[in-house]
Amino acid sequence: MKEATLRFNLTFGLGGMAALLVVAQVVTGLLLKFHYEPSPENAYNSIMNLQDSLLFGKMLRNIHHWSAIGLLWIVFLHMLRVAFTGAYRKPRHATWIFGLVLLILVVLSNFTGYLLPWDQLSYWAVTISTSLLAYVPLIGDPIREALLGGKEVGQATLTNFFNLHTGVIPLLLVALMAYHFWRVRKAGGVIVAEKDKDGAMVDTRPHLVNREFVVAVALLAFLFIVSSLFDGPLRERANPSFSPNPAKAPWYFMGLQELLIHFHPFFAIVVFPLTVLIAACWLPYIRLEDKNQGIWFLSDKGIRSAKFSLASGVVFTVLFIGFSELLPDPELLLPSVTSLITKGLIPFAILAATLYFFLQYIVRKFSLNRSEIIQSVIIIMIVSYTVLTLTGIFFRGAGMNLMWPWQV
Amino acid sequence: MKKRVKKTDGNRESGRRDFLKKAWMIIGAVAAAELAFFFISLLKPSKELKKSKPGSTVRIIGNIDDFIPGTVTPDRINKLFIVRESDGGFLALSLICPHLGCSVLWDDTKKQFDCPCHSSAFDRYGVVLNSPAPRPLDYFPVNLEAGKVKVDVSQKAKRRKFETSQMTYAI
Repeated sequence: MKEATLRFNLTFGLGGMAALLVVAQVVTGLLLKFHYEPSPENAYNSIMNLQDSLLFGKMLRNIHHWSAIGLLWIVFLHMLRVAFTGAYRKPRHATWIFGLVLLILVVLSNFTGYLLPWDQLSYWAVTISTSLLAYVPLIGDPIREALLGGKEVGQATLTNFFNLHTGVIPLLLVALMAYHFWRVRKAGGVIVAEKDKDGAMVDTRPHLVNREFVVAVALLAFLFIVSSLFDGPLRERANPSFSPNPAKAPWYFMGLQELLIHFHPFFAIVVFPLTVLIAACWLPYIRLEDKNQGIWFLSDKGIRSAKFSLASGVVFTVLFIGFSELLPDPELLLPSVTSLITKGLIPFAILAATLYFFLQYIVRKFSLNRSEIIQSVIIIMIVSYTVLTLTGIFFRGAGMNLMWPWQV
Repeated sequence: MKKRVKKTDGNRESGRRDFLKKAWMIIGAVAAAELAFFFISLLKPSKELKKSKPGSTVRIIGNIDDFIPGTVTPDRINKLFIVRESDGGFLALSLICPHLGCSVLWDDTKKQFDCPCHSSAFDRYGVVLNSPAPRPLDYFPVNLEAGKVKVDVSQKAKRRKFETSQMTYAI
């Protein structure tokens, strides 16, 4: 393997960390399965019992919980690393696409697992998230009912989710991970800068193996420490006729729930996510002339424009949320015009135009090439979703009204 | 390795081969379609489970006289509210908010239903007072029989607006 790929701050070992956490989840998950009962009557009790009566039971559940959150973060950061080192270009384009599929599987795995404790947090988070699906035209309702096994969250939902979480998704993950790793080797390993392409080669054993081992052990140690200090949440038993106030989706969907407050559901649930998904799939196929892959943020201009885009993204999103809050409700101002336009098409068009003019501006300011423009777009999308997510989690309280975090 | 040359004089041979290839592909497609059909019907909620006890979806909420005219009474087990108008008419409203599925609460001072999740509000007929709810609260047809208020919980209906025909009056 190329010696240049051993450098820690090339990849931060994120891919390896992700693989390790998947293994950790499978192991802890299999152990939990000996104790967990997938029925609305017994699920909650089986977890209470595991935590309180079994030695290391609480620890096991905590490891599974924190590993799940860690995995989501790490695959996300891994995706960012790949994006910002330009490692999605040919011949790594298929690896990127399959990586996206893996990301979706990890999110689904987290989501299906979220329901299993059957407490107030799980039940309502899943109720809301699946209700979001119903806003997708034509196919939304049938998909929602197939997933729930009925019209509402119930025993059938738990059966479906348990099967997906412990059977279908792990199998798919293992198969696709194997293919993903194979593709990485086929492309010649991790990406390196043009100047290092024909650099020195070293043996994988001991050089890579030792480094991966150290990272793995460090990550496991960190995971165990966190799991022994902080407990996974378990609220009161699920009560289908009583929603907590506020009722929030899992934290990684909070950006979507926040977006729903500002936009018509069709735009928040279909247009925005679809746009992002199509853009992500299209990314590896854009023709790029420069040879800056393998370098973080591609170049010096890249770094400066990235910082500028980050700051602008934060400012614009915060301003957007503020304006949206202060301006009168378009549905009250223009009740005759459908909210699909007043709270959908029009704000969407305004955002698209703002993005377009912003990009024009930074291209001239920094004289950016195409890869760097793409980088800025990625940063803006991620930053705005992050701001929306943070707002949804920390700044929305009872009735989903905007308030300071200490009032939530 | 020498490449095997296809016999050109075997027109009947290659014709048979092509036919068999096509036949296998068609059979394979049929098998795939059957598998897809089976998979989808596995995922569909089981109708048999619902039909097992035909009468059980009709629930007796209470006696007609238990509901004072001009009040709203929650029934958290059947997940509905019984609204009794001052003229005696009954309206059974689902307590599930049509926005994202949270359970609405009745505020007796403001005389409206409030959803704790995104502040949707509905009047006593379930009509939307405050967005983001996209439509009024769903309702159930009410049956008044032998002095009892009966609601078939499998008959939940969506509506665009309130109509007096949705209410039920004792004869």
